[in-house]
Amino acid sequence: MTKIELPSYLEQSDEVKQRFDEIKQREVILEVKDLQKIFSTPKGDVTALKNINFKAHRREFVCVIGASGCGKSTLIRILAGLESASSGQVLLDGKPVSGPGPDRGMVFQGYTLFPWLTVKKNVMFGLRSQGMSYATAESEALQWIDLVGLEKFADAYPDQLSGGMKQRVAIARALANKPRILLMDEPYGALDAQTRCKMQSYLLQIWHNIDITVLFITHDLDEAIYLADRILVLKSHPGEVEEVIEVPVPRPRDVEQFITPEFLATRKRIDELIHPPSTEDDDDKLNMIRLTRVGDEVEP
Amino acid sequence: MSSVPWFAPRVALSLKRTRVLTIASFLLPLLIWSAVSYLPFLWHPKVKIVEPGDVSYFKVDMLVDREVFDKETGKMEETGKLLPDGEPANPIYLPAPHEVAKAFVTSFTTEPRRRSEKWLHESLWHSITIIFWGFTLSSLIGVPLGVLCGTYAAVSRLNEPFVEFFRYLPAPAFGALAVAILGIHDGPKIAIIFIGTFFQQVLVISNTTRKLDIALLEAALTLGAKRLQLLFKVVIPGIIPDLYRDLRILLGWAWTYLIVAELIGTSSGITWFITQQARYKNFDNVFAAIMMIGIIGLLSDMILAKIGKHIFPWEKAANKA
Repeated sequence: MTKIELPSYLEQSDEVKQRFDEIKQREVILEVKDLQKIFSTPKGDVTALKNINFKAHRREFVCVIGASGCGKSTLIRILAGLESASSGQVLLDGKPVSGPGPDRGMVFQGYTLFPWLTVKKNVMFGLRSQGMSYATAESEALQWIDLVGLEKFADAYPDQLSGGMKQRVAIARALANKPRILLMDEPYGALDAQTRCKMQSYLLQIWHNIDITVLFITHDLDEAIYLADRILVLKSHPGEVEEVIEVPVPRPRDVEQFITPEFLATRKRIDELIHPPSTEDDDDKLNMIRLTRVGDEVEP
Repeated sequence: MSSVPWFAPRVALSLKRTRVLTIASFLLPLLIWSAVSYLPFLWHPKVKIVEPGDVSYFKVDMLVDREVFDKETGKMEETGKLLPDGEPANPIYLPAPHEVAKAFVTSFTTEPRRRSEKWLHESLWHSITIIFWGFTLSSLIGVPLGVLCGTYAAVSRLNEPFVEFFRYLPAPAFGALAVAILGIHDGPKIAIIFIGTFFQQVLVISNTTRKLDIALLEAALTLGAKRLQLLFKVVIPGIIPDLYRDLRILLGWAWTYLIVAELIGTSSGITWFITQQARYKNFDNVFAAIMMIGIIGLLSDMILAKIGKHIFPWEKAANKA
């Protein structure tokens, strides 16, 4: 097999460079400063997150990627206010956040729709919680349901919907509150590959159409590159930002870009970061299973 | 169809098989009972005297043990006197199905022996009201307390250790105390049902509440729901179908305390009817009354299950999907 020479992932076309310059000029929506999270366990303290620093600008799409157990879920839960940081600060529009609130919409992997409410009432939940009248909340909810293309299912119960549809309701429900930022915790982790692909395009469309900043957690390289402006690569034990990658793939994105040199170069780089070149013990593990194919010579 | 095995772990049965088995579950015990009652060679440890012969103490329709009958017959044979005659019979405490069926009808239509005594339907109704008040009072306090215990750790810590202790105390043990405090009529009976139900209820419902997926509460928090909204808009609607199922099971437990409760103070209700009839040796009536309790219990549960399907439409949606 001939090896294809890839460009550096750091090379950006003028168009992409311009876009990043422009993004950096926009206001900062979310800022994380020296965030640290230590869990106390019976075996002693475990540092889950260390020295996390980053900013998300308005209408930016930021992905956080890392191997499982690197603390990316802990990070997003702290941002959402569901967990507290051991030290450091989370600033939303320059103001420190404490506890959960409707200014940060969250989409969970497990859908978390309220099974006793119809799609419409699920989307109305946040609005009603904040004291909006039923009629106003209803008409707003219907607009969001329209946006995610589920107008025919407004009166259905969540259990009557497929996984992809449920996640669209969850997005509509989070967006209905008009949050400053949308936090998504591996939202498509439970979906099959085909649905996931469709949902990614949907999300890009929605993001394109409305004024929303997105912070998206994933462990899927292609997903991160396909969606993000910038990717925060987290290292495990402790979870630290290893590199922030500006994705050199131009927008609007398309699935056909999956095989472009920029895409592949970025993918290769992240892959190296997340799965570092094997150390000696990797080979040992492989030796435990010795495969013998028909026709292969069996060692004596 | 026929390829589907009858015994496959956790595989749902076809509608036809479900029906067949439901009927069989009632029919089988009835068949066994009928067999023992109507086949003279099965069991029948007694002999019912048809003709006393020369045995001085035998009387027509008297029930004697088979050995006694055989011994007396032997004696008469030896002395050459007139032999007694009899047919195999079951003890008086096992009436045949048709006798119970008859008693089922006649016990409603028979006037009470004394004027002060109650008709059967009045006794039954009295029992139902005791259950109703005991269970309702228990639920009025037990359900909210259970939900609060399951929602807030502080409430749970304050209540559950004591409730956990109290539920091991047998409700009937409080009978005498209940009579001393509440008098001899319905008060202590309702109290026994209450004690028997309440402590279990708090624990069962707090456990059900704790089973609510915590992610739903987190989702509500990120949507801006606060304190009481979390309780009333998430916890309660989230658990209510399970809570309803719990109450159905607990209502069944309340019935089991009924018999004890009704023996406290002045005996009343269906229990009074049963003990009274047993005293007169009308065991057909006793069986009929016990069955009535079973039928009332089963029917009320079936009605509640039907209602449940209508008031929780999303549950139906989940089953269809």
